[in-house]
Amino acid sequence: MEKRSRTSSFADEIGDIPGGEGIRLCIQCGTCTASCPNAARMDHTPSQLIAMARAGMKDEVLSSNAMWYCLSCYLCTVRCPRGIKQTDLMHALESLAVREGVSHGRTLTPAMYRSFNDFVYSLGTLPEMGFMTWFYMLTNPMRAFKLLPVALSLRKRGRLKVKARRLTPEGTNQLRNILDKAESLGGVS
Amino acid sequence: MRYYTYFPGCSASEGGAQAYGRSALAVGKALGVELVELDDWNCCGSTPYSSFEELASFCLSARNLALAEKRGFDLVTPCSSCYVILNRANAYLKQYPELKAKVDEALAAGGLEYRGTVRVRHLLDVFVNDVGYEEISSKVKKNLGGLKVAPYYGCQIVRPSFGFDHPEFPKSLDMLIAGLGGESVNFPLRARCCGGSLIISEESVALDLIKKLLESALTNGAECLITVCPLCQTNLDAYQSRVNKVFHTDFNLPVLFFTQIMGLAFQLGEEDLGLKTCIVPAERVLAKYI
Repeated sequence: MEKRSRTSSFADEIGDIPGGEGIRLCIQCGTCTASCPNAARMDHTPSQLIAMARAGMKDEVLSSNAMWYCLSCYLCTVRCPRGIKQTDLMHALESLAVREGVSHGRTLTPAMYRSFNDFVYSLGTLPEMGFMTWFYMLTNPMRAFKLLPVALSLRKRGRLKVKARRLTPEGTNQLRNILDKAESLGGVS
Repeated sequence: MRYYTYFPGCSASEGGAQAYGRSALAVGKALGVELVELDDWNCCGSTPYSSFEELASFCLSARNLALAEKRGFDLVTPCSSCYVILNRANAYLKQYPELKAKVDEALAAGGLEYRGTVRVRHLLDVFVNDVGYEEISSKVKKNLGGLKVAPYYGCQIVRPSFGFDHPEFPKSLDMLIAGLGGESVNFPLRARCCGGSLIISEESVALDLIKKLLESALTNGAECLITVCPLCQTNLDAYQSRVNKVFHTDFNLPVLFFTQIMGLAFQLGEEDLGLKTCIVPAERVLAKYI
């Protein structure tokens, strides 16, 4: 078997993640980039990101803000002429960046996702009020002030409750055991 | 009577979209659709979990699927995010045996197993395809004659395609509106993104997209807009005032769940419809039908 070049190993790492294997198929047509509602905000476009990953530019790719601007709208995925699951690829890159501890200071999305996940892990459910409050406390409490009218209007109509749904104690334990086991098994690849 | 297992998701159960959950159950009842809530379900993890810890995110879905499998009916959710996440887990567990082995091992730690037999459906799919447009029309007590509705599908109900409507040019909401006697307006951005959860972390990104959607609907004469997803509804409704503030616009477009206008045509009461939970008041536009 032909020896893999040094530069291809990062693409292989991505290709081993379920949903990431399509990275080998890209023909750089740019359909994903043209379809992306957020491409203009990204430091590298979706198609550039694939080219960079295949060129072995691991640090540049994982520290990019691009995947964190992905809205999971799946427009790229349904349009890709090569059948690449571009959205899942973005999620794979996000997970890799988290796993490698790469910092991504230019967007608050990772911090927001982290707050969300912490609640889901501890409670098995998402209390919207608690999650939003926690996220703004952790990041920029001043931003929350601008949103006060939105929060009050939701609250007035009973749409922002402090008390959240809970699983039964047995259900909470069961879920915790499953998630802890998953963590001990490492990642998906 | 048709029987299903119901997965409301966090928003439509006790979160910000309770009116969606209530109207879904009430409309279901009127149509002979029995939605029995899945016992002790957990959050699907949505995009945040699948972006951070993929294996754990598949396990969150797998627990729900395993619980649903014991009941043996299709698993129905009114939330587009739950729909995509549960369907994706289902598809991936079939496609990737190594992933399935790991998920099985994690599930076993909770005394569960999943064989892969559950079908995940969106509530809209169940209403228009299992019940059907004709039967829905036959339940209409007050025709929504003349009401101009923008049918907003958003993204994850149609993409990536899980098969019940076209990924870019869907039709089912349009046909549903027509079946209720309303008029679905031409709405080119019908299946474009509302900004999703980035409304929280990157507000300007989402406000920009919300503004475009509102503009598109209003330019085409919509009097209200209907959605199939709690997050789409919240972004378009609750953040409309933010759009107005940031862009100096004066949008005032009521944003409803599709189940609310169905319930309206069926003449269900406010306790079932929850129209008063809309941030942009819907009463003026809907006065004729209430």
